[in-house]
Amino acid sequence: MTLSQARFTLSRALIVTRREVQDQMRDWRIIAPVVVLTLFFPLLMNFTAGQAVAFVAEYGANIVGDRLIPFLLMVVGFFPISVSLVIALESFVGEKERYSLEPLLSSPLTDMQLYIGKMLAAMIPPLFAAYLGIAVYLSGLRLSIGWTGDPILILQIVALTTVQALTMVSAAVVVSTQATSVRAANLLSSFIIIPFSLLIQGESLVMFWAQYDVLWWILLALLLLTLVLVRMGVQLFNREELLGKDIDEINLKAMWATFKINFVGAGRGHGVGGWYAREVLPTLRRLRLPIGLMVGALGVAILVGYHQAPLYRLPVEAMNISDLGARFGETLKTIGLHSTSGAVWIFFINLRALALATALGIFSFGVLAVILLMAPLGLAGYFAGQMTALGISPALFFVGFILPHGLFEIPAAVLTGAAVLRLGGSLIAPPPGQTLGQGWLRALADWAKISLGVVIPLLVIAALAEVFVTPWVAQMVLSAAGG
Amino acid sequence: MIETDGLTKEFENFRAVSDVTLTVRPGEVLALLGPNGAGKTTTVRMLTSILKPTSGWARIAGHDVARDPAGVRANVGVLTEHHGLYFRMRSEEYLDFFGELYGLAPAARRARAGELLERFGMKEAAGKWLGEYSKGMRQKLALIRALLHDPPVLLLDEPTSAMDPQSAKLVRDAITDLRADHRAIILCTHNLNEAEQLADQIAVIRRGRIIARGTPLELKHEWLGPAVMELRASTSLNGVVNELRDLVEIMDYGPDWVRYRVADPALTNPQVVQRLTARQVPLLTLSEIPRSLEAVYVQVVEADQ
Repeated sequence: MTLSQARFTLSRALIVTRREVQDQMRDWRIIAPVVVLTLFFPLLMNFTAGQAVAFVAEYGANIVGDRLIPFLLMVVGFFPISVSLVIALESFVGEKERYSLEPLLSSPLTDMQLYIGKMLAAMIPPLFAAYLGIAVYLSGLRLSIGWTGDPILILQIVALTTVQALTMVSAAVVVSTQATSVRAANLLSSFIIIPFSLLIQGESLVMFWAQYDVLWWILLALLLLTLVLVRMGVQLFNREELLGKDIDEINLKAMWATFKINFVGAGRGHGVGGWYAREVLPTLRRLRLPIGLMVGALGVAILVGYHQAPLYRLPVEAMNISDLGARFGETLKTIGLHSTSGAVWIFFINLRALALATALGIFSFGVLAVILLMAPLGLAGYFAGQMTALGISPALFFVGFILPHGLFEIPAAVLTGAAVLRLGGSLIAPPPGQTLGQGWLRALADWAKISLGVVIPLLVIAALAEVFVTPWVAQMVLSAAGG
Repeated sequence: MIETDGLTKEFENFRAVSDVTLTVRPGEVLALLGPNGAGKTTTVRMLTSILKPTSGWARIAGHDVARDPAGVRANVGVLTEHHGLYFRMRSEEYLDFFGELYGLAPAARRARAGELLERFGMKEAAGKWLGEYSKGMRQKLALIRALLHDPPVLLLDEPTSAMDPQSAKLVRDAITDLRADHRAIILCTHNLNEAEQLADQIAVIRRGRIIARGTPLELKHEWLGPAVMELRASTSLNGVVNELRDLVEIMDYGPDWVRYRVADPALTNPQVVQRLTARQVPLLTLSEIPRSLEAVYVQVVEADQ
């Protein structure tokens, strides 16, 4: 998009913004809370801060007062922007419910212009109120107790307030595109309200512990989340998605049909071999990019673990490997790993880990799945680092302890992570011509194909190798290393 | 000009519109009739580039609905099924907002809005909030919104549904004027009298398919059979009825009247009159018995069940 196109888009978007802001200014249900939260509430917080500071000073606990003032500043900024969620839901899905969206969609406005116009309209009045509230609160503090505060901290809170408004509104757009009524959108908005409540609680802890640098990380995380939500919103806020359905329904039959057609496939080829050729291999090809990302992430995990080893050394007695080679086999037998039941146990442990990664990934656009799958490789890197400190080659460690079963287990982890990333990706950017639900079900079918067709067989082989091959190879390596 | 060919729209688990082919030339009105849920709104939404056709194509004033949505929307005026006004606005600012969206200059949109408000008798209500408007007034304002940018194509969904008889006549007259002004108009309506009065073409849509299409006369001929004529004499027919049986199909008769069905009235009626004259029976009136579009519609829908 060129600068002139961007300017044109913004000018068209502002037509919508102006109308909506004007409309809000005529609605006492929006004006009343904004005025209260802008003027009355900051003054109340001033009073509270003054009283609290005076009270805790009597007991020599000035630190409580020092921490309370910036905390209340954050609250003063947050309360008005919480209105932006309601305005956004009303603006996006309320218009749909009142049928005033269709004339807008019939006009030459592009989806992007409408999206930006409505986003700005939902953000500007609450943000203005938040800034005004912060100014009133800070002015009050200066006049009453002479508190001026650290400019960086004030900047952090203003930036946090702004980004939180942006995150809430962009999340509200995503929620709105999936609802056909304000009621349904309000119910779905608990997916925004609950995480935000937790975030505010976390921020409160940060403020009271005065770990203000953490606020920058929160800001960064919120910005990244907002980018994802905006990407989703831009993708989902289109005429087709907005007017393509009239009622919210869970059509399990249709969902199953979508999943089944994507899992079994409709092409030629019979039997398991046909299914692999027709469905599994093309799915693997489709997963090339997330597979590449997973390989990179696991490589980073190994490197990070390896470089942490010198910083966190294991106790010397734990690293006594002089007779470990001899004890190793006995230890494994004692804990029952050197048997088929040990293989079954390992298989289910690994399966549980991958299932957990999938479950976490579904709720985090795949991010938590990647982190969880990185952890064991990070540990492997860490132990390789410890071995290096003992003079054993890290390559030898990997060959002896990891590679025999890792040859199967690591690709299984890579593929699971890739399929979960794709599940997350399908939410951020549904394939063209498909709804959010269709895209997600298709990605779920891909995950199921990969899990059933590749990951589970790999885990079976990995478990057998880990029990019957790895100990043998590891013992040889340890014996060689122990001299 | 509105052209569609094989226009089809499928949603997740059903086909809302199937293989719709239509042509509406400038200066023509096509009335799209059909039960609720037949696919009228989905068709209109595809013609406005709001929904993308699953297959087939449509062109509005030469702009393809799939490839050039901006061109389509700039050339089409839509009166949606629900007026969808903003209740905390006044008519002039509402029209100014839409005029700006359609790229009209401030002076042009003020002039156009003023002209249309005047034409539809809405000038006096300009100071009121739209939330205070009656249903009919809201409908008229929505129609004004559709006409604001002077589009060559109009898609009107139930334009008179909430109006009092006087306002409805005003709107019907406006549609007639718009047709005379060489606009292509699709009119979705349940009011069959209105459709018959305004439409050059009728299309009946059911379960997403066009099940009947043609001029009102063609449809009547196709679905209700040949025209039925009523002849009245100023004296007794005096046995002439039997002499007409080789020309027409007699349906009923009385001492001084006869009702008959005729496949080609333009050719046969003069012969009927000739025979009457030859028998010195003075002709009082000869007219076609009016047959309603409602009768056609009922036949068409029943035949499709």
